[in-house]
Amino acid sequence: MAVADVAHAGAHEPHHTSTGLNSRKMVFWAFLGSECMFFGSLIATYLVYKGRDSVGPHPHEILNIPFTSVSAFVLLMSSLTMVLALAGVQRGDNRATKIWLAATALLGMMFIGGQCYEFTHFVMEGLKLQTNLFGCSFFVLTGFHGTHVTVGVIWLWTLFVQASRNKLPKEKALDVEIAGLYWHFVDVVWIAIFTLIYLLQ
Amino acid sequence: MSETTHHAAEEGHNHPGAKQYLGIAIVLTLITAVEVAVFYIPSMKPMLVPTLLSLSALKFALVAMFYMHLKFDARIFSWLFVVPMVIATFVILALLKLFGHW
Repeated sequence: MAVADVAHAGAHEPHHTSTGLNSRKMVFWAFLGSECMFFGSLIATYLVYKGRDSVGPHPHEILNIPFTSVSAFVLLMSSLTMVLALAGVQRGDNRATKIWLAATALLGMMFIGGQCYEFTHFVMEGLKLQTNLFGCSFFVLTGFHGTHVTVGVIWLWTLFVQASRNKLPKEKALDVEIAGLYWHFVDVVWIAIFTLIYLLQ
Repeated sequence: MSETTHHAAEEGHNHPGAKQYLGIAIVLTLITAVEVAVFYIPSMKPMLVPTLLSLSALKFALVAMFYMHLKFDARIFSWLFVVPMVIATFVILALLKLFGHW
């Protein structure tokens, strides 16, 4: 197989590495590994402080499961649109790439909008960062996750602009694949948060 | 096939198609619906924790394997992701034990 064919088939730059694997992808997986430990420490903090508050509001008094279930569904669907964007760029379909990238970014913005609403509602109900241990650990954990989603949304729009300028050919599919890995990671983190913080109160 | 080519092929150029992606999305949606339903069923209370943790782990695995392509890519990517995740899980369990949660 020619080097060009390898690049075409897998959207990997044909540069030599000792492993034969793409360095960017390798580094990005290592980064995601470090992110696992980062969110693991935040989740651990939340769980350790859970149930130790003498003053409210407490989780069962304030968390809105139906609303958050819809947010979780929105983020899950954004993972679907993300892989469809990747499939689009891998087959050189610029129109599909643009549509699915925009859909993913919009779903991400919808999720962030929901989180802003939820945070505003909580503050109005009397739960602030400094109110109690629950407020502090909850806002830090979900706030960091929301920040990650925001970074992902900005990243997706930059890819969308590139695709709109026809600067995202299938040879650059790895750019979309790496953005996709990041996006799916924030999705799996939310899967854990949704269960551990919202459902297991 | 050269080593480089072999690894490039290993990196997973047989990613799933749109139909399989859609199928996974439907399964993920159904699991989420079951999770929320289980939360509201009073008779499920004794089994709530293991049920929800299992369903959550299943969703996590489906996204990682099919959407993040770990099932199709080189094995080292899985190790780079799973090892820190196991360490993080161990840290969570150790801290819960240390602070007397179980």
